[in-house]
Amino acid sequence: MNTTSQEIDQKQAVTALRRKDLLGIAELSAQEIELVLDTAEAMKEVGTRPIKKVPALRGKTVINLFYEPSTRTRTSFEIAEKRLSADTLNIAIGTSSVVKGETLADTALNLEAMSPDMIVLRHASSGACHFLSRVCRSAIINAGDGMHEHPTQALLDAFTIRERKKRLAGLKIAIIGDLLHSRVLRSNIHLLTKLGANVWVCGPPTLIPTDIRRFGVTPTSVVDDAVRDADVIMLLRIQLERMEGAYFPSLREYFRVFGMTESRMLLARPDVMIMHPGPMNRGVEIASEVADGPYSVILDQVANGVAVRMAVLYLLAGGAEHEEAA
Amino acid sequence: MPVVMDADRIGRTLTRIAHEIVERNKGTDDLALVGVRTRGVPIARRIARTLREITGHEVPTGSLDITLYRDDLMRHAVGPQPLVRRTDIQFSIDDRKILLVDDVLYTGRTTRAALDALIDYGRPKAIQLIVLVDRGHRELPIKADYVGKNLPTAPEESVQVRLIEVDGEDEVVLETGDGA
Repeated sequence: MNTTSQEIDQKQAVTALRRKDLLGIAELSAQEIELVLDTAEAMKEVGTRPIKKVPALRGKTVINLFYEPSTRTRTSFEIAEKRLSADTLNIAIGTSSVVKGETLADTALNLEAMSPDMIVLRHASSGACHFLSRVCRSAIINAGDGMHEHPTQALLDAFTIRERKKRLAGLKIAIIGDLLHSRVLRSNIHLLTKLGANVWVCGPPTLIPTDIRRFGVTPTSVVDDAVRDADVIMLLRIQLERMEGAYFPSLREYFRVFGMTESRMLLARPDVMIMHPGPMNRGVEIASEVADGPYSVILDQVANGVAVRMAVLYLLAGGAEHEEAA
Repeated sequence: MPVVMDADRIGRTLTRIAHEIVERNKGTDDLALVGVRTRGVPIARRIARTLREITGHEVPTGSLDITLYRDDLMRHAVGPQPLVRRTDIQFSIDDRKILLVDDVLYTGRTTRAALDALIDYGRPKAIQLIVLVDRGHRELPIKADYVGKNLPTAPEESVQVRLIEVDGEDEVVLETGDGA
């Protein structure tokens, strides 16, 4: 028994997540990403038991603070928290004091006065989580901030790919859609390039950030080039709510030029995986036959989201460990 | 560091425990082995192999990770979280007699966690505890049913079980507090 705990101590010296918050993938090392994915494998097994609950976060309080609508992410976090025995509460912004004009910092400080251990934040402004992490003692988990990052989505995407392909390094991964507004894209680019994947990004020229090559990806507006021999095709949602300008003529034209159809999919490798972070616009970025077809892992992504979020919650509950760091 | 069990001794001890299991349970019907990670798992597999040689019957074997049930999780304000690994039990534990296997029995806290974890998988008919070494100093009312070796120790000493499957060699050594 003492041997086991000593051995665990040695391993974690190399691999623990020594941070207070999860704000983005950009600041994580490849080893930290692998640790989250490995831990998520163990967490996934918990979801297959007759009693889908472990006592690991007993007595911890987690607040889910969502300033933007969300079905998948909020439900996924809440299930993950409950499976770890944390006490959870959800703040729906429509019924909160935010509608009376309270600022994000004031809301957070008032919540913090009630001593939660973690705050899961989704916010429409990029950087909202970084801001809150400076104001709050609690661990902050980014559940999507504006056009910046959505780290747990990228982690669950990587988990889903690794589960099928057993690796990420060397895979050709094509990400197609609204590259400009997508936080899922930014988190995925950081993660996939850190783990050695060959990432192609594709969309209308108006929706490709000009400096995107800087992140080590290959941009193109020719969808067939992106799809050819791809191991993974990831579709991004056309974010109608963030389209103030006219980025392309019509949704119908977008589908004709960039939409993922069965015939276009034939250019990819025969064992291609089709992914989408949801919510899908069927008939815009993805045809229904593809979304519901045999290559689609879209619902596996949702299932894996719970395991990955359990891993993040568990690993962050250890804290930043500033005292012992020396 | 004195070697308290060598490879031969470990082998003979596990064979003896396998015979005790058959005698006490009058065969291997309804039995299943569950090893506690890390070193309980190879010990459980070896016992399963010996049971097959003795009785000709296959005893289902699984592995249990107790990290999420540890009573020292979250006891410190900050600190790295212990690594969680997969639990792998591919059979129903309901109405089976579960032989829980660990390498060293010490405070009893790992066993307590393992009992809680097991019960989340179902309702076994009984749980029996097998340990290769019982080094004493219990902090909970827990007792092993099958003991490879009773080893009186001082609290500052540590017992290292090394197994071929994990460490490349079979031996049990007693390390003194400051030397380790």
